[in-house]
Amino acid sequence: MHKIESKNVNFFYGETQALHDISLSMKENTVTALIGPSGCGKSTYLRLLNRMNDLIDNTRMEGSILIDQKDIYQKNTNVDDLRKNVGMVFQKPNPFPKTIYENVAYGLRVNGVEDKNIIEERVITSIEQVALWDEVKDKLKKSAFELSGGQQQRLCIARALAIQPSVLLMDEPTSALDPISTSKVEELVHELKKKYTIVIVTHNMQQAARVSDNTAFFYMGKLIECDKTKTIFTKPAIQQTEDYITGRFG
Amino acid sequence: MKTNFKQLKEKLIESVLMLSGAATSITVVLIVFFLFIEGAGVFNRKPIDDGYLLVVNATNKVKTLQPSQVKDVFDKKITNWNQLGGENRPIVLFRTSDITEYYTEEELGANFEHFPEKINELIQKQPGIIAFFSDKYKSDKFSGKELDIDKVKVWEFLSGEEWFPTAQPIAQMGVKPLIYGTLWVSFGAILLALPIGLAAAIYLSEIAQKRTRSLLKPLIELLAGIPSVVYGFFGLVVIVPLIQEMFHLPVGETGLAGSVVLAIMALPTIITISEDAMRNTPRAMKEASLALGASKWQTIYKVVMPYSASGITAGAILGIGRAIGETMAVLMVTGNAAVIPNTLLAPVRTIPATIAAELGEAPNGGLHYEALFALGCILFLITFGINMLVELVTNRKAHKKQ
Amino acid sequence: MKSQNKLARKKRISQNIAFGIFTAISYAIVALLFVILAFIVVKGIGVISWEFITAMPSNGMTEGGIYPAIIGTLCLVLASMIFAFPVGVFAAIYMNEYVKDGWIKKIIKQMTNNLAGVPSIVFGLFGMSLFVNKLGFGDSILAGGLTLGLLVLPVVIRTTEESLKAVDSTFRHASLGLGASKWQTTSKVVLPIAFPNIITGLILSIGRVSGETAPILFTVAAYFLPKLPSSIFDQAMALPYHLYVIATSGTNIEKSRAMAYGTALILIIIVLISNLLANALRKYYGKKVKMN
Repeated sequence: MHKIESKNVNFFYGETQALHDISLSMKENTVTALIGPSGCGKSTYLRLLNRMNDLIDNTRMEGSILIDQKDIYQKNTNVDDLRKNVGMVFQKPNPFPKTIYENVAYGLRVNGVEDKNIIEERVITSIEQVALWDEVKDKLKKSAFELSGGQQQRLCIARALAIQPSVLLMDEPTSALDPISTSKVEELVHELKKKYTIVIVTHNMQQAARVSDNTAFFYMGKLIECDKTKTIFTKPAIQQTEDYITGRFG
Repeated sequence: MKTNFKQLKEKLIESVLMLSGAATSITVVLIVFFLFIEGAGVFNRKPIDDGYLLVVNATNKVKTLQPSQVKDVFDKKITNWNQLGGENRPIVLFRTSDITEYYTEEELGANFEHFPEKINELIQKQPGIIAFFSDKYKSDKFSGKELDIDKVKVWEFLSGEEWFPTAQPIAQMGVKPLIYGTLWVSFGAILLALPIGLAAAIYLSEIAQKRTRSLLKPLIELLAGIPSVVYGFFGLVVIVPLIQEMFHLPVGETGLAGSVVLAIMALPTIITISEDAMRNTPRAMKEASLALGASKWQTIYKVVMPYSASGITAGAILGIGRAIGETMAVLMVTGNAAVIPNTLLAPVRTIPATIAAELGEAPNGGLHYEALFALGCILFLITFGINMLVELVTNRKAHKKQ
Repeated sequence: MKSQNKLARKKRISQNIAFGIFTAISYAIVALLFVILAFIVVKGIGVISWEFITAMPSNGMTEGGIYPAIIGTLCLVLASMIFAFPVGVFAAIYMNEYVKDGWIKKIIKQMTNNLAGVPSIVFGLFGMSLFVNKLGFGDSILAGGLTLGLLVLPVVIRTTEESLKAVDSTFRHASLGLGASKWQTTSKVVLPIAFPNIITGLILSIGRVSGETAPILFTVAAYFLPKLPSSIFDQAMALPYHLYVIATSGTNIEKSRAMAYGTALILIIIVLISNLLANALRKYYGKKVKMN
């Protein structure tokens, strides 16, 4: 049973086709890494999974994407609910100009949670989940901008977790972070795998090898190969994949 | 030699450019200088027309009077000298035109040649008299006592409740009704324009398609290009009658008419500045909100508006500034009654409208002229303060972003 | 699940209501613009004729034309621009090309902002005090033109500065790298590229100047003149002031109403033309620059 299942997905920015016939599936509680050179369409694909591309004018998508067997591109899909179920962490940490506490509580509030006790409990568990609690417990009322970049990114992950999604999309979540923060986030991904289905876009080969169960290689808007991470990194079926992984281009 | 010439030329050009660069600064300094020189003159004067006298009986103990006391005396609010520190004696008012009550035309002479001595005689006879007349009627054998009038005081100027600078015997120069009028009309305008402008700004920056936006924006900016006198005219022939009918008023020229016209005029400022501020909200911030399942509208009022709050504030303040300084449109539709307003449905008068309406009739360098310049100073200070406030608000935002 | 649906509905409904209101308001503002324009066009179009723009007012300004007011406004635009355009452009060049970031730039910028914020009636007071009285120009085109010139100076400076900023710095570096001096670079490379945008600013300033009333009230404007001004030391009539006069205090307000509509229409036409022209220029050259 697949958690996420995309079939023959094409995607266009105006006249330009950015994705060609992508069929890709992910199982529950796995980590899938999307790799490939810049502009290969991996981020575009990721942003299809929570319909973030809807925000860009003049775009068009064909094919179907199913999450929990439900086509998320049906007319009657409630996009807000979809995004609540499919959390997202962005390339650069992007906390709101609010307090640390309010950042995490935001998703709950916009989704109609009013009970203060529930909010507080969820805020605390989410921050604990990302192993940030000890660092911020004394300054929950301070601005989120006072945190370091790595802390901010973990806060953004906590923010996404607070609304209890089942899928977590991560768009190069460590590209703006230092090595120590990066390894903290990677550990976190390992931990979160137990509860969530994770899709992570990364530029960093080693990171893909370290954190993911499966790896999908994108090139020029096409899905070249997808397999167990081990297989991709040891004996890829396709020459292009090997060239990329061994650093011959990209 | 040639390079020398080239260098000289460069230097020369640079100094011309520098001088031009200094032009705005010089102008601001000159404006301040001339405005305040002329305006300060009013506080060095007595609020009584040049060449006129206030005279009492020589035995009267009162020597000086405050301008407000003189006014109360002539308004018959003060009727006895003991209220002014004199003896218990009723006050007898005398203006030049009252002379016929005391003397016949024969006594005054065919060409009023006996006028001066008769006035003098009257002042001698009436111990309680206070007489106001031109000094050309001052007799050679004048035996009355000229009253000393205090100069106009800054505080009285600011807090006086009556603006009647051509009143006799004492010019009433209280700017309070004008300041109130200005603020009422301006705040009324912002109250109308801010929600409307904000709604349009939200639409343009967050909701409208790119093409719609590029169509509507220039149209809204066109509103800013229409001359204020045309707005005034439109207000006069359309809005004024409309208001008169809607509220069943005797006249439609009211503070409300001014507010409505100013609101229309302030819209482009508010819309443009708030829209810019909203569009500056980082995309990442909006995406973060949407990715958490917030609706577009929730994202707008929970993320975009708080983020652009300082820009929106700046737009609103700037809008108020424009409204406060606006002259022609207001002059044409507010009815210009110099009374402290207690409703927007009555005629009011603003500072700029007062200057525009009265300066043409005020003799150059006279008391009235200087009083109008003093009004200009007040206006300048208010708008200057508003500019500084905007600067402060936007700078703080820049600071926060870092 | 049920409460989930309810929440989704609530969110959708409140969003629809809010967006509906915003959209309606935005279009209402545009509609208002059209109402104002249409009103004046409809009422004024019948008045406009060859006679209206070429004849002197007659019969207490209830008949005839507005020729002297048009000529007066033309003179004022010319006088103010002869002063404000070069000074404004030079100032912008100084700001953008010469002076380095620092307190001088900060002060000039602040003062320009302050000048832009001074109410137009204060310019009127200032012009009267300095040009009319102190310098002894009297009520004249010179005094009025200078006052208006100072008023639009910040506009000219700002638009020019923006045009200069839009010029890619690689052009400057290329020119300087070939041994050209700063002024040579500015005059031969930067200004020609920025020129169309600077002209756009000039056109917008002209639109602004021709509609200003308060600054000319006490510096130049005449209620009625039987003949045209013959030198810059003469008084002149002007369109905006003429409209003010015949709308509020003419000899016979009712009878001169038609003339007022006509005058307002002429003013609107000037503004429309200058805006359209500026927009067209901006678009035309915007494309051209991009193509390069």
